[in-house]
Amino acid sequence: MFHFEVVTKWIDTFLMSNLPEWLALTIEFVLIGILILSAYAVLALILILAERKICAYFQCRLGPNRVGAWGVLQPIADMFKILLKEIITLNRADNRLFRLASFLVIIASLLTFGALPFDKGLHAIDFNVGVFYLLAVSALGVVGIVLAGWASNSKYTMIGAMRSGAQLISYELSCALSLMTIVMLSGTMQLSQIVEQQANMWFIFKGGIPAFIAFVIYLIAGHAETNRGPFDLPEAESELTAGYHTEYSGITFGFFYLAEYLNMFIIAAIATTMFLGAWQPLHIPGLDGFNMVMDYIPPVLWFFAKTFFCVFIALWVRWSFPRLRIDQLLRLEWKILMPIALANIVLMALWILVF
Amino acid sequence: MTNSALFLVVLVTAVFMVVAAMALAMWLSPKSYNALKGEPYECGIETRGPSWGQFRVGYYLIAILFLIFDVEAVLLFPWATIYSSIGLDGLILASFFIFVLLLGLIYAWKKGALEWK
Repeated sequence: MFHFEVVTKWIDTFLMSNLPEWLALTIEFVLIGILILSAYAVLALILILAERKICAYFQCRLGPNRVGAWGVLQPIADMFKILLKEIITLNRADNRLFRLASFLVIIASLLTFGALPFDKGLHAIDFNVGVFYLLAVSALGVVGIVLAGWASNSKYTMIGAMRSGAQLISYELSCALSLMTIVMLSGTMQLSQIVEQQANMWFIFKGGIPAFIAFVIYLIAGHAETNRGPFDLPEAESELTAGYHTEYSGITFGFFYLAEYLNMFIIAAIATTMFLGAWQPLHIPGLDGFNMVMDYIPPVLWFFAKTFFCVFIALWVRWSFPRLRIDQLLRLEWKILMPIALANIVLMALWILVF
Repeated sequence: MTNSALFLVVLVTAVFMVVAAMALAMWLSPKSYNALKGEPYECGIETRGPSWGQFRVGYYLIAILFLIFDVEAVLLFPWATIYSSIGLDGLILASFFIFVLLLGLIYAWKKGALEWK
């Protein structure tokens, strides 16, 4: 197996042996920053194109096909267009908070992005309370969204922000409770160790039925966390124009747009890390030949394949179901997902005791 | 390299991205002033009344319920981390804790706090 650890370790020792320590550390930090930033930007472009193409095929359309071959340059053109649009300052709004809200959303999303284990050695932030960190930092985005709706001082944004706040905090509970089953199984909250423990078998197989229930709950709740699909009533176009970001224009709108797409990726990546073994190849105990073949596929590819599979499920759900009403949405969370997630924790506890 | 330093690196990267994108957009974007442009988006009519007013109580109820169950999740995470080593005793203690909170959920349910009327 080729791990990126080889490359990063080599750069580390090379810099450390040739330069004074402070300079080497500075260069490494700058490199990490550039890598994270470029990965974030490239993934955003890929996700936007993928979303538009896949949704077009779901609706029997062609999708973007004018800019570049098969429209591959479309997101880049969109990016330049958004940079060239005027940033409007509002008369009634609290303009400082208004700007700050869009910054908060994207900073929260990038901080979560930095904690994802792409590969051994391609893992920037690895706290020993990693799962906590992911939940805590992604919750910052809610503050940004509610602040955006509040600071715009408009009726549409206000209603959108309130709906979004209620939705996001409700579904955060199911997210936390379903991730807790995996923490019980692994006995650690450090993401790198959680990934290491899945070398023989991914947790979704190791944890049996409770892990599978937790996976499904996490996918539903995580999908609601991204404000998309059947759960997109904070920005329901037909009633609220664009919800909490109605008043945003130019790049400040672009931040919300970018964060929304990357949050979809991040939710899928967390599902991959916790349930599907992050960069660990698919191993079936007993079938050594099969395991050997699987080991030849690079771990980074495994990570992205599994994550994009989860992203595809999210897109599939988005274009297949009609939008829920707010009472249906809250009923789904508080009366169905939450009790199931709580019972699932007890079920997982019993599962660990028995097996 | 400690994780806290890396966290700061990612934070600085995020702030840099925001500042750079904002600066680029400020430099490239056109600027034209029009008093009507800054009005809140509506269907062509001026907004009536303040938007910063009272709001439906249902949202606050949801927020309060969230607080209770999120604290529960925070308290259960350390238990979950060491669960495999404490075994059955841990399960009995935690299921009592979960049961008490479940009673709270059932109470809220019966009282109709989860209905959206």
